[in-house]
Amino acid sequence: MASHSATTTQSANLWGGGVEPMKASYGKLMMWFFLMSDTFTFSALLITYGMIRFSNHAYLGDIDSYVFSQEYWPIPDKVFNAIPFLHGVHLPLVFVGIMTFILIMSSVTMVLAVEAGHRMDRNDVQKWMLWTILGGIAFLGCQAWEWTHLITGTETGSLIDGKPFFGANLVRNEYGPPAFADLFFFITGFHGTHVLSGVLLNIIIFYNTVIGVYDRTGHYEMVEKVGLYWHFVDLVWVFVFTFFYLI
Amino acid sequence: MEHSHQENGTVAMQKPNTGAIWRTFWFLLAATTIEFIVAFTMTDPSMKMLRISIFLILTLYKAFYIVGEFMHLKHEVKVLIWSIVLPVSFIVWFVIALMVEGDSVLMVR
Repeated sequence: MASHSATTTQSANLWGGGVEPMKASYGKLMMWFFLMSDTFTFSALLITYGMIRFSNHAYLGDIDSYVFSQEYWPIPDKVFNAIPFLHGVHLPLVFVGIMTFILIMSSVTMVLAVEAGHRMDRNDVQKWMLWTILGGIAFLGCQAWEWTHLITGTETGSLIDGKPFFGANLVRNEYGPPAFADLFFFITGFHGTHVLSGVLLNIIIFYNTVIGVYDRTGHYEMVEKVGLYWHFVDLVWVFVFTFFYLI
Repeated sequence: MEHSHQENGTVAMQKPNTGAIWRTFWFLLAATTIEFIVAFTMTDPSMKMLRISIFLILTLYKAFYIVGEFMHLKHEVKVLIWSIVLPVSFIVWFVIALMVEGDSVLMVR
């Protein structure tokens, strides 16, 4: 209402309030600026990964004779090569591919929920929000498995300080320099926390949709705002996927 | 709080318009698939730089689609687009600075 009258009286009352120069509501703008600050946090983390990786030696030998060592940065293909129920099979990047697909898919269902919100279609919003929540939970489950796998380690382990060591923690890491595991746990953990809070926000929005809050307020903008956050989480994963798993 | 895109009561009859959403989905899926194919086929060390460049270009391509279409930034007003894109673009310098730094740390070691 405020903005409708504002557009008609804009020239007469430009500084009188109620004008939206960015054609977006306060809540949406603040979500954008929050996401911008979060972009800086995540880029700082990922750039730290890049810097520490560049300050370690890279493996230069033949790829087939690769072994884990404390001397050089591990090759991601060799670290992330397991998927559930297929123990001992070398399947590089397959599991993380599934995780990426789940997250992109849940981003799609989120944007479908936003689209349904524009049409004021409560049933469709409910349906797509529920799929989005399920996608988020599935992703978190995959990540829990991935962490457990990395912490537990391989059957052979590696020799660290003359003793065999299995898996990885913040101090020791059978796959390579300890910094590799530190950065992995920190960055994917920080991203996972974002996914977790995204799922919680989605559940709140889903609940509000079901009890008809947005039908009463007359718009589904809350779905859009949380949608922005959810897409951002997906966006961060695109970068984590490239820098941690591919390069 | 009232909002600019509040619509009247007749919108309940609209049909879903999801063509653009699914098109974006296929773009994202295709980019990820290419990344996988490259990761598995271009394993030769001599092609390392080419491989990394392909990954980076595809990642930025995906980021562009997620932010532009899913987050709808492409369809916002110019002021909003630039107030997000301009500050974020300074990250490029951050990347270059710390990569160079990391390289020289390796030299000193």
